[in-house]
Parts: sequence; structure tokens; C-alpha cells
Amino acid sequence: MPKLLAIDYLLIAACAWGILGLAGLVAPRNTRFIAKILFPLGALVGLLAGSVALASLGATPQTAVLVIGLPDLPFHLRLDNLSAIFVMLLGIVSAGISIYAAGYFRQGAGTAPGLLCFEYHLFLASMLMVLLADDAYAFMVAWETMALSSFFLVTTDHRHEVIRRAGFLYLLIAHIGAIAILLSFGVMTSGSGDYSFAGMRAQQLSPFWASAAYLLALFGFGAKAGLLPVHVWLPEAHPAAPSPVSALMSGVMLKTAIYGLLRVSFDLVGTPLWWWGVVALAVGLATALFGVLYSTVQSDMKRLLAYSSIENIGLLAVGIGLALTFHAYHMEALAALALTAVFYHCLAHAGFKSLLFLCTGSVLHATKERSLGKLGGLIHRMPWVAWLALVGVIASAGLPPLSGFVSEWLLLQGFLFSPGLPHAWLNMVVPVAAAVVALVAALAGFAMVKFYGIIFLGQMREASLKDAHDAGAWEKAGLVWLALITVLLGIMPATVILRIDAATRQLLGTGLAERLHEHGWWMLAPISPERASYEPLIFLVTIVLSVWLGRWLVHRLYHGRVRRSPAWDCGYHFQGPRAQDTAEGFSQPIRRIFEPMFRMERHFPTARDRQPYYSVKVEDHFWHWLYLPIARLAAWLSTRITTLQGGRIAVYLMYSFITLLLLLLVARP
Amino acid sequence: MMSVSGLIGQLFAIVLALVLAPLLSGWVGMCRAWFQSRSAPPLWQPYYLLHKLFHKDVVLADGASSLFRTAPFIVFGCMVLACAIIPSLSTDLPLAPAADALALVGVFGLARVFISLAAMDIGTSFGSLGGRREMLIGFLAEPALLMVIFTVAMIAQSTSVATIVETIAHSEVTIHPSLAFAGIAFTFVSFAENARVPVDNPATHLELTMIHEAMILEYSGRHLALIEWAASLKLYAYSCLGLALFLPWGIAERDNFMALVAAIPLLVFKLGSGGIVLALLETLNAKLRIFRAPEFLGTAFLLAVLGLLVRLLLELKA
Repeated sequence: MPKLLAIDYLLIAACAWGILGLAGLVAPRNTRFIAKILFPLGALVGLLAGSVALASLGATPQTAVLVIGLPDLPFHLRLDNLSAIFVMLLGIVSAGISIYAAGYFRQGAGTAPGLLCFEYHLFLASMLMVLLADDAYAFMVAWETMALSSFFLVTTDHRHEVIRRAGFLYLLIAHIGAIAILLSFGVMTSGSGDYSFAGMRAQQLSPFWASAAYLLALFGFGAKAGLLPVHVWLPEAHPAAPSPVSALMSGVMLKTAIYGLLRVSFDLVGTPLWWWGVVALAVGLATALFGVLYSTVQSDMKRLLAYSSIENIGLLAVGIGLALTFHAYHMEALAALALTAVFYHCLAHAGFKSLLFLCTGSVLHATKERSLGKLGGLIHRMPWVAWLALVGVIASAGLPPLSGFVSEWLLLQGFLFSPGLPHAWLNMVVPVAAAVVALVAALAGFAMVKFYGIIFLGQMREASLKDAHDAGAWEKAGLVWLALITVLLGIMPATVILRIDAATRQLLGTGLAERLHEHGWWMLAPISPERASYEPLIFLVTIVLSVWLGRWLVHRLYHGRVRRSPAWDCGYHFQGPRAQDTAEGFSQPIRRIFEPMFRMERHFPTARDRQPYYSVKVEDHFWHWLYLPIARLAAWLSTRITTLQGGRIAVYLMYSFITLLLLLLVARP
Repeated sequence: MMSVSGLIGQLFAIVLALVLAPLLSGWVGMCRAWFQSRSAPPLWQPYYLLHKLFHKDVVLADGASSLFRTAPFIVFGCMVLACAIIPSLSTDLPLAPAADALALVGVFGLARVFISLAAMDIGTSFGSLGGRREMLIGFLAEPALLMVIFTVAMIAQSTSVATIVETIAHSEVTIHPSLAFAGIAFTFVSFAENARVPVDNPATHLELTMIHEAMILEYSGRHLALIEWAASLKLYAYSCLGLALFLPWGIAERDNFMALVAAIPLLVFKLGSGGIVLALLETLNAKLRIFRAPEFLGTAFLLAVLGLLVRLLLELKA
């Protein structure tokens, strides 16, 4: 029996996911069978795929050819270090989400559970195939399968018109992006007819065509990832989808777009030009700032997280831009630093954002409420979810000692050591970019405090919340798994970076490993300890120790007595839940300071109102500046074109005749 | 690398911070009273306060969750860590590699998030108002602080606070214009971060203007004591950070016991003068409206960015 390679195991995993999906179709209404058997098995497959990928990091690339597809055009597959990182991310994160989904999906009004199971596992399998594809054809097939299966997952609850609209918007933008990607691949083959990635690597593109391929890829993958200005589907589709699907889309699917961008810009297209990085940097900064500002003003908890995903994708683009710029100037050590930050942030974001989306799922199950204005005080009823969400919130706010901080730290180090770029103008722009990144990080903290404080803390804003219940055992298991990933990524950065270094080395020829090896596994010093170091474990131990010691000493030297009484609140007697900040109230400072960034419709009460009310609606400028004009133009064009359709057969025959004549004129041999 | 003298120095630095921090707050309060022609409370007043609060029962509001009870300890722990890694007497600190200047900003951020969450926990109107305003000040001050740190980190080619101190202390009389910008920005930021007058007033309980006090309204007993202590530790940490970054002369370096001993009176002197300046500035200024705070901190942010640009354009060229 021939020895199976890692790539074979991954193919088996993809097939296993496919089979699990099909098994769901056998008994589409048997929720018990699907939830308690198929989804946990799917999690197991994910875990195995993740471990295989982890083990194959640093190995030589493996290839395989699948004889499905068109005649003479088989699927080429390849597992190299870049794919392996993302396969690992997919496997490990989806394991947690699938376990959670085992407890989440119930008999509902929407898609039958069996069909959902099919779409879900097809989605997983197609993401795996995207990461393994080694030719444009296989890539696009997998990419489209991924887009379609996720479209059906988004529209699970298709009886609501809002959800159908969100789904169509997603589908539309996914396809605009796919066209750009296809064109980018087309440019990279440069007419050779060889659509394999190996063929594209071999092409020597002129700077013009290389730039065209890069820009098309940036636009195409940006549409999937949620970069400005093609981000609009994200805040619509994420809230519409069931929470495990939102988690999968935000945590994993957005990363496949990052994978694609990295694959094209570092691997396929050849040596980058310096300004490519600047474009990615600028788009990334705009996206990050836009995303975080909009996430602070949302009143729907899943929309808030969706905008926060836009922010994180922006930060990833900033990292890619920085790495590309350094790479273009052959400053590979710095490029390695920035690229490591990108990989790390991919992993970190996949962990904490999935965790947060799943937490909103549990809240949604327990309360049937998504609007922040009707939640509150859930830490009393759902302590498990609340404390696990706190892990996600701290990581998402980019605070030490959890995972979000490590990547932010690496990124800022990348910025700090950028002087020395042989370009005066760039040297001046980079610190300003660093300032924006700092602002984004600080605003993310604001958004996360709002998210957590309004949902889990304070008084319950509705009486019905008293009946909220904590998450079930399956849901808890999924949440704990993702929280564990977040914590481990936070406190063991050097160990993780040593693993992902293989991919950095593959793309740039150099990595951080040599310098990391010299110090202990607990210390992260990417350049040298004198220059910068961070030891999250010592950091954590010091804080925990001083917390514990402080508590022990206080109780020992004094006492530990506690009395309960009503809240004081400066003696103010009205202490109902309406006296707390609403979601809108909490973000009022942001709306005021960054007023030009938002399109607001507000209604203020006047002194004479019988029934005074206040309302605010925040809209995205891009709708009005970009999308609606295009939509209007399309509508106008189609009304013009309808005049061709007179409805008389003679006229139509004449059209055919004229077309034929024209064709004969043009296509004369 | 972990030497016994380093370990002793580290423990000494932490104990000194715990002891000196309330004293510094007391000293600032005293100076303020003098400047305002009031009779001053004794220098030991903060200790009396802490002692009294530790003795009292904790009166916990009905709606308080476990987060509310944990937060004071976490905030206190964060501040102890911050004081442990900022070189106040010596740069030979075994804990220093645990967190560089960027992680230091993270420690302050972590403490801020916890205190704001605790403020929102009971669900009173003032609590959430305080939490919101604290996060507002936080997101305005944090980027400015990061930019200040970027400027000094570029001079020292390092983000490790100990290395920065050694580099700047050794750079003889070379004056970096960028440091002047960064220094002013840092002063602005520390006023905001420590709830001092132009942004917040630690002495008031006027409902509509308070920020820090609004957040801790519901705290009592040992929890309040820890928060008060953490607040003085934060003032101490910021003062030491400012001294370490901009006036690092006299801080002992590795394995130099005599210098360590000499550093103590020097630190006390520097902190004392810093306290007088702080009290004077607080007396001379009036508290800003909350929506003027973005202008104040925006100025700090721009000054810090300007410092960074000056560093890049002028000093690196020269």
C-alpha cells in the first residue's frame, strides 16, 4: 500500500466533509442525527485536517493531480507552507465552530437541517479546496462553490425579505470580485494558455501587466475580504446568517481572501513594485478606520462585529502593504516581521472573532434579541458565555496578554523600524500610517467595551431577559475551544511564530526563526531583546500574582466582609434600566467627534412634544456616493435598452438580420 | 541574566512604588491646597484614607456581578506591573523584558477596559456615563501616547524602556528637538490619563463633569481602597515614565549598587518637583468641557506626530 502524504489526508478530509454533507441529505429532518452525529464528526475532520496541516509546516511542497474537471484540464493541487497555515486555521477554528453548531442548529422555519448540514460541509470542503488549488481552473471552481454554498447558508432564514436582500447583495459582490480574480489570473497567464500556478510563476510580466494583475487581485480578493469600497455586503450578510455561519465566514472565509491576495502578490506575480504596498497600505488604513468607526456606532450586536471584521481585514491589508513595500526594496528581515504579523493576525482574528460571533449566537438563542437596546445584564444569567466573551473582547480590543495584542505589537514594530526605506516620501508617510493604526487600535477598545458592557453588564433592559439561560454543553465546548486558542495564541507567541515561520520563509526567503531560537519559548524578541521584547506569560503571571497576593493580603490583614444594598448612584432614586446608556448613547461621543464620517438621520424631541422621542439612523456614505449612482445608472440603461424590445416579431427579425450583416462584414476571412 | 541584585532591585522598585505612590498623591494635594490658599491636608492623608477604607465593610450594590468584584484587583495588578517595568531607580529590572513600551500602553489599556466595564456593571446612569467618557479619553490619549513612544523609540532604536533610558541618558548634551514635542505631548496625555484638571478633576463629585469619580461611585471598602491606590500608582508610573523618557539622568544602570542608593534621593527630588509643577498647572487651568477634551488631546496627538516627523526629517538627515 503506498504511503499517504499530507495532501492525501487533506483530500480525504475534503471528501469526508462532502460525505457528511450528503449524509445530512439522507434524513433532512432528523435534527438529532444531524446535530449530534454529523456536526461533531465534521469537527473531528476539521481537527484532523488542522493537525495534518500543522505537522506538514516546514515540509517540502506536495502536489497531486485530480482527474476530475475538463478533459485535458485536470485539477492540480499543491500543499505548501502558505496553504498549510491557512488549512491549519480552517481546520482548528472550524472544529470549534462545528462543535458549537451541534448544539446550535434546531428545527426552524428556514432551511431544513439536513440541507443546512450539506451546505455547511460543502462550504468547509470548498474552502479547503481553495487553499489547495494549484491552477486557476481548480481555484475558481472551488472559489465559486464557496461563494454559492455560503450564499445559501446566509439565506437560511429566507422567509425574511431583509435576509434575502442581504444574500443577493453578497452574491452580487462575490461575483464582481470573482470576475476580477479571473481577469487577474488571465493577465498572469499572459496568453500562454497555461493556467497552472507553476506556469504563472514562470511568466515574466512587464511592470504594466504585473501591476494590472496585482490591482485586479487586490480588488477581487478585497471584495471577498471586505476592503473599501466593496465592503458593503459584510455588515448585511453577517447579521443575516445563523451565528455559526457568521463565525465561519468572518473567521475563516475572509482569510481565504487574504490567502489569495498573499498567493498572488508574493508568489505568482513576481517581484513587486514599491507602490503596490502603498496602495494596499492606503486601502487598508481607510478600511480599518472606517470599519472601527462604524462598529462603534452600531446598535445590532452582529453588525457591530461585522464592522469590526472590516477593521481587522483593514489591518491585515496594512500588514500586507508594509510587507510588500519592504519586499520590493529587498528589506527582507522587515518584510518578514510584517508578514509574520499578518499571519499571526489571521490566526488571532479567526479565533477571537469566531468566539464573539458564537457568543452572540448563544445570546440570540437565549433572548431572541439582536438589538443592543434590548439586552443587558446577561452576565447574571449566562456567566459562561459572558466570561468567555470577555476573552474574545480583550483579544479583539488588542490588549495584552491575549492574541490580538501580539499581532498588533508585531505590526507596530514593523512600522517602528521602517525608517531606512530608500524613499523620503515613504519615510514620512509611514509614521502617519502608524498613527492611524494606533488610533484604530484604541477605537477598537471603545467598540468592544460597548459591545460587552451593553450586552452582558448593567441592568436587564427588558423583563423577558430574566428567563435567559446559559449555553448548552455543546455550545460551551465550542466556545471554550475557541477561547483556548485565543489564550494560547496570546501567551505563546514565540512557539507559534516558529511554526508559521516556514510560510514566511517560503514567500520571502527569510524569517524570524533564527533570532527567536536564541531566546526561550516564552520570549518574543523578533529582532533582539535589547530592541524589543514581550513575554506575555511573565506578564500574565505578574498580574495574576499581584491580584492573588493583593487579595490574600487584604483578606488576611483586614477582613473579607461584604454587605449587599441597593446601588447608591449619588442618591438618585430612579435607577431603572432606562437610566443606563443605550447603545446609541454610548457611541454619541464618536458620532460627535467624527461627524463627517457618518451619514446620519436624526430626530430630536422638542420641548412641546407630547410623546418625545429621539432616533438616530447611521448610514454608510458609500451607498450614497457609489452604489446608488451605479444602481441608478444601471436602471436608466436598462430602461433605454427596453425600447429595443418592441414586442413585434418583424423588428426582432430585422435585428437578427442586421447582426448577421455586421458579423459578415467583421468576420470576413 | 537574572542576577540576585537585579531581583532585589526589582522587588525594591515595586515596594518603593507601593509606598511612594500614595505619598506622591498626598504631596500633589498638599501643593494644590497651598497654591489655592487653603490649609493643606497632611502629607499622610492618602495612607489614612487607604487604612480607613481597608477597615470598612464592602457595601456591594444588588446588581453587582463577579466582574465588579474582580476588576479592582485586576486594575491594581496592572498598575503594579506597570510600576515594575518602568525604570525608576535602576534599569536592571528582570521584569523589564516582559513588556516593552508598547506593551506598557497595553497594560494601561487593559486596566482602563476593566475599570470601564466595572463602571457599567451595576447599570446606573452615572456608571455608564463614566465608563463611556473614560473610553473616550482613552481612545484619544492612547494614540498620542503611542506616538510619543514611537518618537523616543526611534531615537533609541528600541522599544524597551530600559534601553531607551540608557540611550537618552548617554546621549550627552545632544538636544533632540523631537523630544521637546514628545515631552509636551506626553505631559498633555498624562494629565488626561490621570484624571487631572484640564480634562477631569479628582477633587470633584459634580455629577455632570466627573469621569473617573463617576466610574467608581459604587465602590466601597477594600475595593475602593485598591482603586485609589491603583490611581496613585498610575500617577507614579506616569511620572516615572516621563522622568525616565525625558529626564533620565541619575537612574542607575546594571550592577551598580552605589548608583542605586544615590538614585533614591534623586528620584524623590524629581518626583517632588514634578508634583509641584503638576499642582501649579492644575491650579492655573480650568477644567475643560468634555467635548473640548478631543481638542486638547488632538493637540497632543498632532504634537507627537510632529515630533516623529521632526525626528525623521531633520534629525536623521543631519
